[in-house]
Amino acid sequence: MSGTINIDGKTVPYRDGQTIMDAAIAAGIYIPHLCHKPGFTPHGSCKLCTVKVNGRNCSACTFPAADGQVVINTSDELLQDRRRITQMLFVEGNHFCPSCEKSGNCQLQGVAYHLNMLDNHFPHFYADRRVDASHPDIMIDHNRCIFCNLCVRASREKDRKNVFDIAGRGINKRLIVNSVSGTLKDSAISVDDCAAHICPTGAILIKRSAYRLPIGQRTYDQRQISDVALSGEVEHGQD
Amino acid sequence: MRTFLQALLTKTQFQPVRLLTILRAVQAEFRHIPSSAVDILAEALQISRTQILAVAEFYSFLHLTPQGRYAVLFSDSITDRMLDQQNLLHYAAKRWNVAIGEVRADGMVSLHTTSCTGLCDQGPAALINGIAIANLNRPKIDLIAELIERQAPLAQWPASLFAVNDNLYKAGLLLKSSLDSGAAIRAACAHDRAEVFSELERSGLRGRGGAGFKTALKWRYCAEEVSDRHYVVCNADEGEPGTFKDRVLLNSFADQVFEGMTVCAFLIGARQGFLYLRAEYEFLHSKLEAVLERRRQAGLLGNNILNKAFDFDIEIRLGAGAYICGEESALIESLEGKPGIPRNRPPYPVSSGYLQKPTVVNNVETFLAAAQIVVRGADWFNVQGTEKSPGSKILSVSGDCLRPGIYEYPFGTPVRQILNDCGARDVLGVQVGGPSGTFISNRELGRCLAFEDLPTGGSFIVFDNSRNILQITQNFIHFFAHESCGFCTPCRVGTSLLKQQLDKIVEGHGSAGDVAELESLCRLVKQYSHCGLGQTAANPILSTLQRYPDVYQAQLKRISYEPGFDLDGALAVARRMANRDDAAAHLSQVEE
Ligand SMILES: Cc1cc2nc3c(=O)[nH]c(=O)nc-3n(C[C@H](O)[C@H](O)[C@H](O)COP(=O)(O)O)c2cc1C
Ligand code: SF4
Ligand code: SF4
Ligand code: FES
Repeated sequence: MSGTINIDGKTVPYRDGQTIMDAAIAAGIYIPHLCHKPGFTPHGSCKLCTVKVNGRNCSACTFPAADGQVVINTSDELLQDRRRITQMLFVEGNHFCPSCEKSGNCQLQGVAYHLNMLDNHFPHFYADRRVDASHPDIMIDHNRCIFCNLCVRASREKDRKNVFDIAGRGINKRLIVNSVSGTLKDSAISVDDCAAHICPTGAILIKRSAYRLPIGQRTYDQRQISDVALSGEVEHGQD
Repeated sequence: MRTFLQALLTKTQFQPVRLLTILRAVQAEFRHIPSSAVDILAEALQISRTQILAVAEFYSFLHLTPQGRYAVLFSDSITDRMLDQQNLLHYAAKRWNVAIGEVRADGMVSLHTTSCTGLCDQGPAALINGIAIANLNRPKIDLIAELIERQAPLAQWPASLFAVNDNLYKAGLLLKSSLDSGAAIRAACAHDRAEVFSELERSGLRGRGGAGFKTALKWRYCAEEVSDRHYVVCNADEGEPGTFKDRVLLNSFADQVFEGMTVCAFLIGARQGFLYLRAEYEFLHSKLEAVLERRRQAGLLGNNILNKAFDFDIEIRLGAGAYICGEESALIESLEGKPGIPRNRPPYPVSSGYLQKPTVVNNVETFLAAAQIVVRGADWFNVQGTEKSPGSKILSVSGDCLRPGIYEYPFGTPVRQILNDCGARDVLGVQVGGPSGTFISNRELGRCLAFEDLPTGGSFIVFDNSRNILQITQNFIHFFAHESCGFCTPCRVGTSLLKQQLDKIVEGHGSAGDVAELESLCRLVKQYSHCGLGQTAANPILSTLQRYPDVYQAQLKRISYEPGFDLDGALAVARRMANRDDAAAHLSQVEE
């Protein structure tokens, strides 16, 4: 089965089983997203991809496309609210973009540029989070984790290793590593794993690769995140 | 430890879906989940240790560090607070020689608070090693102090300490009439399934858990799903503060609830059912197991029920302290041994529920009502109630009234009548449907209980004029921030921001801009959250802001902006290090 939906006035075809996000990407329409990546089981947690479907807010990455849906993706209200949701992610952790080596390649930052986010708006939580630099090739700076679950899914679905999980409840959530010591060095991860490269923020970093490309010449320094997303997500955040 | 775990694993048949049951048992034995136990369990169940940690860290009643041999949790519902909970908590801390939020140095006692324990009509309440103690007072705290010092095992504590009452004040349609065991199953089997469905449909019964989905429709959708297995789940999580009617139904009417589940199983073709019982009601567990066993003996559960060639049994699974597990898809995740995180929908549980199989999830009261309808017919049921809300509703009434307890009314009953019946005077307002519902003021007492006007899962909390609107709201918002599962951004971060922002205002640091900011934050959390928790978390603020804008206004500073940050307070550390405290070492951030 297939049919069409309407996104911001444009008729967009879909195939059965596709989500609104899938149909949009195929049609060259960008819907801001952070926890979603084509090819991975949708998660639906960041809520950045919220669109209005027949008047109701839905996550485009999880909501199935159905014939005749009227979808609003671009409205002042949605843009403003997505900016606020992004700001929430910024104040929840500790994101010092100017000193982050992912700067310019970070999707969180890229989305913030795209949404014209000029300040953090909300008061900061100043969360007390650690850095795990135990692994010879990979490090995790928990200060920048946004709980998008991509590393969890990548490790499970692509690497077949199950290195990560997210534990805790509410604002006390934390990323945990599958090893007896709880640190990365004792886990099964290796630098070639998909999970080591998928993080949309600077939470999981590859050692000795920082600044290979100077800040200013990086992905989102050059192009809008919408453009990058639509030209195939593979390029996302690689340096 | 190894022998204990082996026995436990054998008993739970090495099933990862029983992880919660297993971890609860480990917690009870070792007062926490030791890291070595995590390793053994991970290996035996063939799941990752992170999966076990994720569960252990999600639920309030599971801990990775040791709790006291007597682990005490004081219920922190608004009604407990109205019954002097704060003073008693401090008194207990003094008498038991333990700091609030900590474990005593000798490991004997730990003292914490927990969300509503469902004993609002007999608070203040507490849980001791999971078992409820109602009507706490100083003599009881003194007695407990003695028992703790003597290290008396809980089983030897006086039974009177653990008495919990039904406080049933008004029985209506459902609670007045009793059913013979098996009557509903017999009635259902005597007819064509289609006839039973249409009778249920004609009754107009809507789910009693809050959302009010038509029960017959839910069962029919589930029955129509082609699958090798179907499941029936009774939602006895009852976490909404101020709600305790399911506790009473399970205590005194469990047979009818199980009967309703069995009828549902017959209709949808399920062989397995679950009662998901909230951890706070652990004291009902053995009693309910006995009821199930009695029903098995009587041929009402098990194989070939009443010789009608259908098999069905019910297993009780206990929660571990998480309000979100009342949300049906989170409940299913929890049943599967995972953290209670609500699923993406669609698919809905009726097509993909427990183990991705078609599953009916209903409230305790819904099953009880369905059993009676099947026996007595739709007309008996829907002569009461309103057009869109047929039948009666069982209410948990608590707060400022003479007779807090259980009341059953036809839908459409005005709030004023309920207030009269329970002996409420000088009413300021009523929280209908719990914190996620609506706060109505004393100018709205003519409003009616019904899905058309004031829907409710059963929580009805009365406040008199001595109460402070802002403190009530604050208690509710703190509750939601504490209970957010943390899956989605707007709720995880948003409820914490709501809490900060409301606290700022209530503590007298808010300015006009802060109320506007609070409102816009409310809207954001409501509109963008993934599930009902986030979508209703801001309701306490929204409904009180609408009714008492003056109360909020009176709390504001008369300047246009007030920072949320205490500049002078932040300098305290620097002052200590510099060893000075003169006037010049202080900063005032706003010109007074
Ligand atoms: C945060 C949250 C908590 C809930 N808690 C309960 C509960 O404790 N008991 C309950 O029956 N339903 C609860 N519900 C509603 C359930 O998701 C579900 O709608 C209900 O169990 C369906 O049963 P019913 O059709 O008989 O009402 C809750 C919903 C949400 C969003
Ligand atoms: S570490 Fe990165 S990929 Fe993993 S959950 Fe956090 S933000 Fe997402
Ligand atoms: S709304 Fe809250 S409780 Fe519901 S999924 Fe989101 S974070 Fe969890
Ligand atoms: S991209 Fe859809 S919720 Fe995150």
